[in-house]
Amino acid sequence: MAFDDAYDALTDHEDDARWAYGTGFSDPLAGVPGDLPDGVDRADLAAYCLMLGDDALILSHRLQQWVTRAPELEDELALANIGLDLLGQARLLLTRAGAAEGRGRDEDELAMHRPPAEFRNVRLAERADDDFAHLVARLCAFSVWRLELLQRLTGSADPMLAAIAAKGVKEVTYHRDYAAQWVVRLGDGTELSHRRMAAAVDALTPLLGELFQPHPVETRLAAAGIAVDPAGLRAAFDDVWAYVLATATLTAPGVAPAVSPAAVLPASSSPAGAPSAASGGRDGAHTPGLVEILDEMQALARSVPGGAW
Amino acid sequence: MTVTFDEAIARDQRIEPADEMPEGYRKTMIRQIAQHAHSEIIGMQPEGDWITRAPTLHRKAILLAKVQDEAGHGLYLYSAAETLGADRGDLTRRLIEGRQKYSSIFNYPTLSFADVGVIGWLVDGAAICNQVPLCRSSYGPYARAMIRICKEESFHQRQGYELLMTMMRGTPEQRAMVQDAVDRWWWPSLMMFGPPDAESPNTAQSMAWKIKRHTNDELRQRFVDMSVPQAAALGVTLPDPELRWNEARGHHDFGQPDWAELKRVITGGGPMNEERIRRRREADSDGAWVREAAAAHAAKGMS
Repeated sequence: MAFDDAYDALTDHEDDARWAYGTGFSDPLAGVPGDLPDGVDRADLAAYCLMLGDDALILSHRLQQWVTRAPELEDELALANIGLDLLGQARLLLTRAGAAEGRGRDEDELAMHRPPAEFRNVRLAERADDDFAHLVARLCAFSVWRLELLQRLTGSADPMLAAIAAKGVKEVTYHRDYAAQWVVRLGDGTELSHRRMAAAVDALTPLLGELFQPHPVETRLAAAGIAVDPAGLRAAFDDVWAYVLATATLTAPGVAPAVSPAAVLPASSSPAGAPSAASGGRDGAHTPGLVEILDEMQALARSVPGGAW
Repeated sequence: MTVTFDEAIARDQRIEPADEMPEGYRKTMIRQIAQHAHSEIIGMQPEGDWITRAPTLHRKAILLAKVQDEAGHGLYLYSAAETLGADRGDLTRRLIEGRQKYSSIFNYPTLSFADVGVIGWLVDGAAICNQVPLCRSSYGPYARAMIRICKEESFHQRQGYELLMTMMRGTPEQRAMVQDAVDRWWWPSLMMFGPPDAESPNTAQSMAWKIKRHTNDELRQRFVDMSVPQAAALGVTLPDPELRWNEARGHHDFGQPDWAELKRVITGGGPMNEERIRRRREADSDGAWVREAAAAHAAKGMS
């Protein structure tokens, strides 16, 4: 690159060589067959991709809210990096959901134009962070759980889900490591940080039970070899979580069963075969935290009909 | 054979951290690098405010990556300042206590998503004009940091221009958003090159030390000459009635920015000065207990 001519030919769209990184990005899913596996229920696969995609999209949003507010520059970089990884996972999963659904909805249609009750994320992802201890406690628990899930999903009968999971495993391994190190530093730091870390762990504990409750979609797809049954992740999660907390000189509170919070939103009409009573985020029952996120995330996209971005 | 500072400068050699250097050179370099680092960190805010609101996931990813790059630039630059004996924590305190400056451009608000594009095109573009010559700055660690930073800035500029091109192909409302953003950012971008040469007291010494390679007015002219055809390709009007090609000079003539406004913004009177510093001060004080805990934990490991 000729530095004194950094501007040359900026308006010439034919020549990419002058840009430091070229124009395109390599497609992480290049070569992976995009066809749906034989016999898979399209609606179920779409719903499952939305579940895992929404988990990543919504937690990424919470991390984005920390940008410019981290306690140290290194954490600015790390949190933005983790937010980007999760956003990338969300984009792949939402795109797959749109393809499985077959109604022409793309990632942006799904992210920007669904109401809260059509979001399928676990409620752990949508909680606002009271402080940095809450941030790392939630990120740690989420990453421990998601890593176990993605590792198993690499064996999915859907080659696309398997490829997305394989990419995610590398990323979430780092997320778990980053968050666990902070849980340990804060738990075993000062008296104040220990107290705050313990309070953060207590606060998220009621939200953990939901991570392991199989939704009927997950149960059906797990039987077909496509999805992971989350009930099977519980033992591995408990082992790692207890180890991190013990290293942080914290005690592990029992993982409480999922309880509907007092202020849940009405769920949308349930798909056939699903329980009619909304029991959690997977059914579209959310806390006000999700409404706050979507108000922020969707407003601009919705305000310019027909806009090109 | 040892080479003196003056010989090294005369031969266009790089000055490295362990080399002897005049105290004035060291102080000037620390101040310049710190102000540059502060600008990267404060500069995360105007665009960072749009990450959660980006209208597509593609734009969200680009913006998040860009703001992360800026944090990274801040980190390398503070590290370069530390090679001269400065301390990052001390420089941060100087920033939040208002004792060291950052680029005045970041004291303007980002009012629409078109601002994200215009910051990439004009603000990052002006930064590239300023920074490309710094890749040949006499202080080695700074010059090497600038090479990497300029590569990333060129990518940032490209994404901004590409966003504007896309918006100009969108709705009439979007085209109006782009023009409005250009109208608001053009003059502040010209101010990024600093006061006119006649009123820039530090330029002569910085040029002699080869910290700086071109004067403020030279760089400003280069930026205007580069931006005019880009604006035409984009289909926007630059808000300067005096802007026209001067065949005899081989450059564009252009109007003067409101230098009184630059002085006002630099001395704290810009629209966003208080907010920018308040955010940084809050992040610093909110994070103090976290940094103390990390230090306490590390100390336990060593005992």
